[in-house]
Amino acid sequence: MEQLKTIGRELAMGSQGGFGQSKEFLDLVKSIGEARSKAEEDRIVLSEIDILKRKLLEPDIPKRKMKEYIIRLVYIEMLGHDASFGYIHAVKMTHDDNLLLKRTGYLAVTLFLNEDHDLIILIVNTIQKDLRSDNYLVVCAALNAICRLINEETIPAVLPQVVDLLNHHKEAVRKKAIMALHRFHRKSPSSVSHLISNFRKRLCDNDPGVMGATLCPLFDLITEDVASYKDLVSSFVSILKQVTERRLPKSYDYHQMPAPFIQIKLLKIMALLGSGDKSASEIMYMVLGDLFRKCDSSTNIGNAILYECIRSISCIIPSPKLLEAAADAISKFLKSDSHNLKYMGIDGLGRLIKISPDIAEQHQLAVIDCLEDPDDTLKRKTFELLYKMTKSSNVEVIVDRMIDYMISINDNHYKTEIASRCVELAEQFAPSNQWFIQIMNKVFEHAGDLVNIKVAHNLMRLIAEGFGEDDDDADSKLRLSAVESYLQIMSEPKLPSLFLQVISWVLGEYGTADGKYSASYISGKLCDVADAYSSDETVKGYAVSALMKIYAFEIASGRKVDVLPECQSLIEELLASHSTDLQQRAYELQALLALDARAVESILPLDASCEDIEVDKDLSFLNGYIQQAIESGAQPYISERERSGMLETTDYHSQDHHEVPSHALRFEAYERPKPSSLRTQASTELVPVPEPSYYSEAHQPISTSSVSERESSEIKLRLDGVKQKWGRPSYQSSTSASSTPPQAANGTSSHPDVGVGSSSLKPRSSYESKKPEIDPEKQRLAASLFGGSSSSRSDRKSSSGGHKPAKGTASKPPKENPIPVQPPPDLLDFGEPTATSVTATDPFKELEGLMDSSSQDGGSTDVMGVLYSDAAPVTTTTSVDSLLSELSDSSKGNPGTYQSQTSKGPNSQEALEKDALVRQMGVNPTSQNPTLFKDLLG
Amino acid sequence: MIKAVMMMNTQGKPRLAKFYDFLPVEKQQELIRGVFSVLSSRPENVSNFLEIDSLFGPDSRLVYKHYATLYFVLVFDGSENELAMLDLIQVLVETLDKCFSNVCELDIVFNYSKMHTVLDEIVFGGQVLETRSDEIMKAVEEISKLEAASNSISLVPKSVSGWRGGR
Repeated sequence: MEQLKTIGRELAMGSQGGFGQSKEFLDLVKSIGEARSKAEEDRIVLSEIDILKRKLLEPDIPKRKMKEYIIRLVYIEMLGHDASFGYIHAVKMTHDDNLLLKRTGYLAVTLFLNEDHDLIILIVNTIQKDLRSDNYLVVCAALNAICRLINEETIPAVLPQVVDLLNHHKEAVRKKAIMALHRFHRKSPSSVSHLISNFRKRLCDNDPGVMGATLCPLFDLITEDVASYKDLVSSFVSILKQVTERRLPKSYDYHQMPAPFIQIKLLKIMALLGSGDKSASEIMYMVLGDLFRKCDSSTNIGNAILYECIRSISCIIPSPKLLEAAADAISKFLKSDSHNLKYMGIDGLGRLIKISPDIAEQHQLAVIDCLEDPDDTLKRKTFELLYKMTKSSNVEVIVDRMIDYMISINDNHYKTEIASRCVELAEQFAPSNQWFIQIMNKVFEHAGDLVNIKVAHNLMRLIAEGFGEDDDDADSKLRLSAVESYLQIMSEPKLPSLFLQVISWVLGEYGTADGKYSASYISGKLCDVADAYSSDETVKGYAVSALMKIYAFEIASGRKVDVLPECQSLIEELLASHSTDLQQRAYELQALLALDARAVESILPLDASCEDIEVDKDLSFLNGYIQQAIESGAQPYISERERSGMLETTDYHSQDHHEVPSHALRFEAYERPKPSSLRTQASTELVPVPEPSYYSEAHQPISTSSVSERESSEIKLRLDGVKQKWGRPSYQSSTSASSTPPQAANGTSSHPDVGVGSSSLKPRSSYESKKPEIDPEKQRLAASLFGGSSSSRSDRKSSSGGHKPAKGTASKPPKENPIPVQPPPDLLDFGEPTATSVTATDPFKELEGLMDSSSQDGGSTDVMGVLYSDAAPVTTTTSVDSLLSELSDSSKGNPGTYQSQTSKGPNSQEALEKDALVRQMGVNPTSQNPTLFKDLLG
Repeated sequence: MIKAVMMMNTQGKPRLAKFYDFLPVEKQQELIRGVFSVLSSRPENVSNFLEIDSLFGPDSRLVYKHYATLYFVLVFDGSENELAMLDLIQVLVETLDKCFSNVCELDIVFNYSKMHTVLDEIVFGGQVLETRSDEIMKAVEEISKLEAASNSISLVPKSVSGWRGGR
């Protein structure tokens, strides 16, 4: 039957003149139409491509044949196959004088080519010629083509002709010329900016069609710049009035409506012009009121105009009467049986609700109906409306509904959107904390990995910080309810990774907090998670960290820890993991289990996730040790640059540089602290913690060697100062967001001077850098600025450090950061023959080298600045004492190994503390230094 | 602005596709397939509108109408009125009906270039140009007449080299 019909059509085709096609084309279309599968269709098309390729190579193809080939090419490309081999023939066809061929050529190139295609250059000349043609149909064809084929560079080539055509005697040409200009304006506003007045002029065209076409570019122009078109308000209103009063020729009627598309465009323009403008709005009241009365709501197009009126009213400053009329129209829409009208009604309601919030109430039932409707489009529109009308009184219902719907759909794009809306509403209006956590659980459970990771971080922070009230009891209840809900959910299969991360973190932090659940129960659960999701390293990392916290709390509270066998096997498995991060975590956990209560407590204090991380960026706790080393004749630090390149020139330049730094740096006048006095200063003012004792304990016997380099130390120090001058601007620019960026920079870089202890350029500045940090106000500010944003911090790090992962780096910047940027310092330090003579001072040289190299390098300074400035000195906490003494104890037992460790990572003690604290903060896990813990302690 | 006009049959075969901003062929195919899979999953007697951000970027809407074996689809942005677009489909179909007297899928398939001619008279560079089907018909007929005339005059083939030399 189908075939018979086809044959009939084919016969009929022959009588259709210019549009008829050959038998071959019809056969092609027919066989494709009858293809049973995509593969069959592809096969047909591919053989057709072969035929065409061959035929196009034949010489002297009759034009009519050629036209047909081009049409076949177009058809092939529509079916998704490449027809680029024939593009040039389409381009050639545009040059033909025959209108039929020319039009076919234009049609093909507009479908084939984009405006930046190389072949366009071959067409521009033809277009120019055609725009000047006497035949208006040729002109129209050319205008049609330029909409698609002309880009910013070729606009000037055709612009004069197009502007001339604005005054063409045929209205069809004028119309298309305006549209073409509009298109130019969209592509490159600057190229036609001097011609914008033409649009205003054409608004007064005798032909209503041309006037209507002008509204399109004017709409765009007014959207961009409302103010300069306010003078047209009354013109637009009077045009609309004339249209509605049927002053236009009858031929403009569509379904008995006078020029509805022009009316709609005008209403859209009026909405723009009347927005927030009382006087402009008032001019519109009359005509809008008339429209409501006149509009025929029985036709589709009449309703389109009604809807457009509602839209305009929601944009302008409406009169109460108009609002009422709009509300009536909406209720008519909502009561209609047509889904289209309901959709428009819901949309209109969403617009009006901004102006008069109570309008929705009378339509409650209709809205609920739409929510239950099988039509997905309508449902989504209704959810959009609900989202707009959410208040704290109705949030529970609305969010519940949204979640139900979210669970029911498969469309990830919309699922993501509705999940983020749920989260937003829950955050904004949550009636209780428990409810909030429940909602978040549901969102995570069902939309899981579609949720933005920030939402997870927010939730963790919320649970950690409580809800801002000073009610500890409520907070712990909240945590308990979170823990309980998580323990329940955990048993479900296939939870999203992000949710598991949150669960692990919360269980680690608060699982055992109130004693309801035993450590072995929680740790068993965590092991289950790590087992069940063994392919997800992030989850595993979180789980191991949580285990570490659980055990740490147990040890700290003096209970005996029984490591479950499954935990033990998990740790052992991870010790051999390919992921360095997991490996490090496992090693750390293992090391932690061997420590005693005091040490553990200072590494992982209970419920300290909200405490600020304080980092002593000057490493001032080392001052005493440096002092001692220097006194006993150790070699002072020599910076990287001097060691690698400037060593020979050091002596020449030392005198010149001596003056420069002290002026250029503009620090307050410094006295040169005597080496001996510095030491006392360091221990009293700089560092409130009596570390020096520890260092003397640990290292006194080592630092006994050479006195040789003492004189040269002075010279080199000044060079350090010079270097600061270079390094400083980059610090300032990159870390301006942090509270004390320049000080931070100085603090790090001035450290060498302090360490050497003689002729220091800026020990002062390092004191200064301490002061603001001690101020608790600022600490809190810094914490609120940086403390929570661990993810963004790690982002910045990874972007500048290349392969730098997030978590571990925060703890060991001095060691890790410079290495990727400038590998030499480490090696150089060890390899330097002058340095090897004094092994004892190596650690500090190393440290200084790293610091300095980092300050030289633009890329890494950013990192360093950020890291240092957002971490306040850790050494102020007393608990560190115990830890350090702990460490020193162990190092005393094996001074050799300890020393070698320190030379690798000079401030590893600090790193250890930072690392511990950073982990508590739940920063994303990853690190590069898995053996640190083991080496240090083992 | 109108982003695309598509016609496809109920099996998902594209019958006509016009995108008003250039898109590579593969992307066009992907969009056509995407639109079809959404349309084919819609139940009967629901609205003719779809929000289609996932395929065409933010603030994209789609209006479709199902006639016999064909879907007529318009994709556009927030500066157009959905109901009016629905009527634009109506205009297109009415015009085609006049062109082919009782249009059916086969007419559209076999009159590929004429379809484009009609469409170009209605939508120009993504803007609605003309909605009076009589006017559209007039324009299209004038073109056909002229083409038929010019067709009968010049059937002398010009060689490729001749074209090159002529330039």
